[in-house]
Amino acid sequence: MRIKQEKMLIFFYILSFFILSFIIIVLAEPIFSQILFGLDDFFSVCRDPEVWSSIGLTIGASFLATGVSSLFGIPLAYILARKEFFGKRMVESVVDLPIMIPHMVAGIALFSVFNRHGLIGAPLSPIINFFDAIPGIVVAMQFVSAPFFINPVREGFQSVDPHLENVARSLGASEWKAFYKVTIPISYRYILSGIGMSWGRGISEFAAVILLAYYPMVVSTLIYERFLIYGLAGSRPVAVLLMLICLGIFISFRSIRR
Amino acid sequence: MIKIKKICKDWKEFSLKEINLEIKKGEYFVILGPTGAGKTLLLEMIAGFHLPDEGEIWINGKDMTNYPPEDRNIGFVYQDYSLFPHLSVIRNIRFGLELKGTPKDDMERKSNEIMKLLGISHLSHRYPDTLSGGEQQKVAIARAVVTRPSVLLLDEPLSALDRRTQNLLREELKRIHQIEGLTTLHVTHDQTEAMILADRIAVMMDGEIVQVGTPHDIFNKPLNEDIAAFVGVENILEGEIKRNRDGIAIIDLGDIELNAVSDYGEGEVKVFVRPEDILISKKMQESSARNNMRGRIVKMTYFGALVHLQLDNGLIAFVTKLSAEDLGLEIGEEVYASFKATSVHVVKKE
Repeated sequence: MRIKQEKMLIFFYILSFFILSFIIIVLAEPIFSQILFGLDDFFSVCRDPEVWSSIGLTIGASFLATGVSSLFGIPLAYILARKEFFGKRMVESVVDLPIMIPHMVAGIALFSVFNRHGLIGAPLSPIINFFDAIPGIVVAMQFVSAPFFINPVREGFQSVDPHLENVARSLGASEWKAFYKVTIPISYRYILSGIGMSWGRGISEFAAVILLAYYPMVVSTLIYERFLIYGLAGSRPVAVLLMLICLGIFISFRSIRR
Repeated sequence: MIKIKKICKDWKEFSLKEINLEIKKGEYFVILGPTGAGKTLLLEMIAGFHLPDEGEIWINGKDMTNYPPEDRNIGFVYQDYSLFPHLSVIRNIRFGLELKGTPKDDMERKSNEIMKLLGISHLSHRYPDTLSGGEQQKVAIARAVVTRPSVLLLDEPLSALDRRTQNLLREELKRIHQIEGLTTLHVTHDQTEAMILADRIAVMMDGEIVQVGTPHDIFNKPLNEDIAAFVGVENILEGEIKRNRDGIAIIDLGDIELNAVSDYGEGEVKVFVRPEDILISKKMQESSARNNMRGRIVKMTYFGALVHLQLDNGLIAFVTKLSAEDLGLEIGEEVYASFKATSVHVVKKE
């Protein structure tokens, strides 16, 4: 029996090796190629203000989108974690929908709703413009990244035993105090994970963003445009720079979570 | 003092039906009932975690039915300890004091006192996940007691612990109650716990309070067959009172007659005898016991130091392992079971 188990494990190790290699090769190859064969191009990209402003815009817009998700997503995640109600499954499916639908489709839908004549775009047009503007980037990112925030946070709240909230209440904490003194601190790892996932997802969004806001260019749009004009040589240095920044932020994020 | 007036509540698979209870100031009150009776739901309603569908909850002369938990000044201890995992022992204990805005010196003194009382001072900087079950429960008790609640609510506080720790912590609960004098409402399914700790017991079954009384009343004078079976009366017999002379009822069990202290006159009755009240001997004994029944041993089951004897006349009795050896008891052996007329509790057949 033991040998059989080990045989299975060995088999699993081999398969795991393949999937990990796949991810590592795809990510590492452009970085190493760039360092070995195009270091000058890479440095000139590093000095290009257009690239930096685009990266800054992308990171900032994605954080803003995550902020919006936190504001509305934490209450929703809490309700989903704590309450049973008619149609809960339906609500959960709605939350997951942005993961399922193709992003170009999401882009079309967002454009349709948020353009100057759209359902939401029209009434808000005197105060806020979404088309080819930063608010458009933020709503597109927010739409696709919301489930990546809500799901882990809901899981986090589910991991907090309601008895703990009850005890806090019995000791004199109001609902709000029990929430921020007990529920939030216990589930903060999940919340950080949600923030990280949602933020990363926002940065990587392209299709939904370009339909609503091609300009100002997020970094994916910039890479896409440079690829169309200059090919791999022109686009890869930007891609590598973005990859390195994301990896840096991702690693520091994981170390905070520990 | 707690007054519970006509509380009704339907919640999930539980249903509480017109619960009425009165718990006196400083009393140690136990609600005893089988799993699923609705005990925890009742306790959580007193705490304010659920609102009743009907009825009122009064704490210290004030109608608190619609008050949120934080305004009720209660202490709550769950079976699963429910310590805040992100806070050290000392910060768990100070949680309630901090919320109540206790001055720092006062807070330090109170938390030190309670930790000393429970013997957990050395754990103050540890985190809950590094403590044993017994230690965690002591911290949970300290956290609830330190705020001097008007009532301490304990939900099966010993049920998750091993036997030895249970015994130790039970004594600890008794001691703390004696020292602090807090009105305590303790919910359990464990008879020993109820018998040892309670000033009074309420038996709860299927969402109803079926009997309230002293431990002696509950264990020796259960009101009906269900309660009797639950509180460990193993001998439940049916018979008919033939006559009653000066408070001694003569009960016909079919092939034998029993004497029982009872005020009932003629009629069909149920007869309860606790197995520990039955004396087993090999010869007919001359003693003050008014009831002697002959029977053959059909089954012997060992429970630690006790042997559980089943006789062919339907009686169940306990003897110690030592007595069983001394008497040379074996299956098939004929013995006499004797018990006093005062050990027989009689209720009218429903």
